[in-house]
Amino acid sequence: MLKDLFPKKKRYATISPPSTARDKSLEGIMNKCKRCGEILLSKELEKHLKTCPNCGYHFTMTAQERIAVTFDEGSFQAFTDSLVTENPLEFPDYLEKVEKAQSLTGMEEGVLSGIGTIAGYKAVAAVMDASFIMGSMGSVVGERLTRAVEQALDRRVPMIIFSVSGGARMQEGIFSLMQMAKVSAVLARLAARGGLYISVLTNPTTGGVTASFAMQGDLNLSEPGAIIGFAGRRVIEPMIRQKLPDEFQTSEFVLEHGMLDQVVHRKDMKSLLATVLSLHERGGRG
Amino acid sequence: MAVELPFEKPLVELRSKIEELKTFTEEKGIDVSSEVAELERKAQELMETIYKNLTPWQKVQIARHPERPTTLDYIQGICDDFVELHGDRSFRDDPAVVGGIARFDGYPITVVGTQKGKGTKDNLYRNFGMAHPEGYRKALRLMKQAEKFRRPLLCFVDTAGAYPGLGAEERGQGEAIARNIIEMAALRIPIVVVVTGEGGSGGALGLGVGDRVLMLEHAWYSVIAPESAATILWKDPALGQKAADVMRITAEDLHRFGIIDEILAEPFGGAQRNHAQMIATVKEAVARSFRDLMAIDYGALPDRRFDKYRRIGVYGEGMQ
Ligand SMILES: [Zn+2]
Repeated sequence: MLKDLFPKKKRYATISPPSTARDKSLEGIMNKCKRCGEILLSKELEKHLKTCPNCGYHFTMTAQERIAVTFDEGSFQAFTDSLVTENPLEFPDYLEKVEKAQSLTGMEEGVLSGIGTIAGYKAVAAVMDASFIMGSMGSVVGERLTRAVEQALDRRVPMIIFSVSGGARMQEGIFSLMQMAKVSAVLARLAARGGLYISVLTNPTTGGVTASFAMQGDLNLSEPGAIIGFAGRRVIEPMIRQKLPDEFQTSEFVLEHGMLDQVVHRKDMKSLLATVLSLHERGGRG
Repeated sequence: MAVELPFEKPLVELRSKIEELKTFTEEKGIDVSSEVAELERKAQELMETIYKNLTPWQKVQIARHPERPTTLDYIQGICDDFVELHGDRSFRDDPAVVGGIARFDGYPITVVGTQKGKGTKDNLYRNFGMAHPEGYRKALRLMKQAEKFRRPLLCFVDTAGAYPGLGAEERGQGEAIARNIIEMAALRIPIVVVVTGEGGSGGALGLGVGDRVLMLEHAWYSVIAPESAATILWKDPALGQKAADVMRITAEDLHRFGIIDEILAEPFGGAQRNHAQMIATVKEAVARSFRDLMAIDYGALPDRRFDKYRRIGVYGEGMQ
């Protein structure tokens, strides 16, 4: 194993319960819509699955929230592991950054995975979380995604990945890049065996994640107004010396250009997933 | 040397001083051959000091040297009967990616690669080796064709990255690269990848999934170009040198990490100094790699490739 090349420094970080900064803001009574400025009560926001009832703006969801609104109540069983992020490049201050993200989010790393039912239909899901170092992909994220797909393979159930990512985890350099190949390789295996893979690209999905598993779905779905792209606006604008239109790289733009199957309001996502799963119930697996 | 790199300056200066001394003393009819010999010995020493202790940033500069062999130089140097094939059959032909069929070591292969230009005009035509989605899709078309005819696939990678532009995004740069990566993982033919200069991010990986990945001694390969890393990390592209030092982007690092399979030695001072020697080295290594891979049942290659990539990643694993 490659990891044997590196001195193992196991860190059994105590996970602080998710009761920190993020939850406090959720408990905050008032939220301002980022698009229309409407002041929304938290309860109202929750009721609308964190979308603005006034303008339809989709707020970012944590991985936990996404699981809660997607899976049938009480059906989701998380896959557990004890993967610990290391610092293969000996990148300055990297592990401190990870620890900070851990205490901020209460997550060990930027993706959660497990199995559950959606309107009764079984699926394995891996859900990325934007608040963990911008949903960037390091070795642990890549390994967790890969293991989740392997679970879908073993259990012969469909795979759903909810992506949200700023792209690569720069502090893991080439290892981050190679997670694109690793996750793609396991999805290639799933595809070869006739397994269904649904990719849901949420706001934002960019860089290496877009250039790998997020765009490899049998279905690629997204939510309104989500930013989806390979190179960021800030990279492209100076390159082409012109200002890009506002709708550039929105999910609607990407749908129009043929890279997505549907852009779906969050309130309709669960039933769409259920329909698609039901249409694959006898999917030619095995 | 026509193009000198900044860190080669002391050497270039010393060399020109030696030439000056020679000309001057010849004109005056003075014999200073022993002094000249001594200076030339010094120049040789200096050259060895420089090239045996290259920093990652210096390697990046060598990897970008405009006189290095390009993909077409390698193809023409190691193959016979190269027939270039154009176009993605959908949008247009991307000159930043070249490919075709050829005879290599006696058997037919498919070869694709990113293509940098020679000189400004050619570089504009080749978009400096930065491909658009249609370039990746052309490559994929040729790969699938290779699989159909059970031809081994050879990929050359030398790109700063996939092109970040409006059209590229409209036509799905991310999707094009993603498609190549997943399809390459599943191809039932031997794939050898050679990173000859720059291995820039997803743009490199879009032609870079293989059974054997070879890398030239002074090439770099990373998740992001050093200057872009510096922009993100320290908001200053001028700190590319610092980023190159911390990102572990050299062939030596990647070989130690198990990301690449073999380092191909460059001629002393870099591939740009001796094309013939570099091309011969690449030819030998590719031939050897294909010999090994062609002995394997092609149907078993995707599983082997999966195992190879499945292992990549560094993490600890504690108790549940
Ligand atoms: Zn609103």
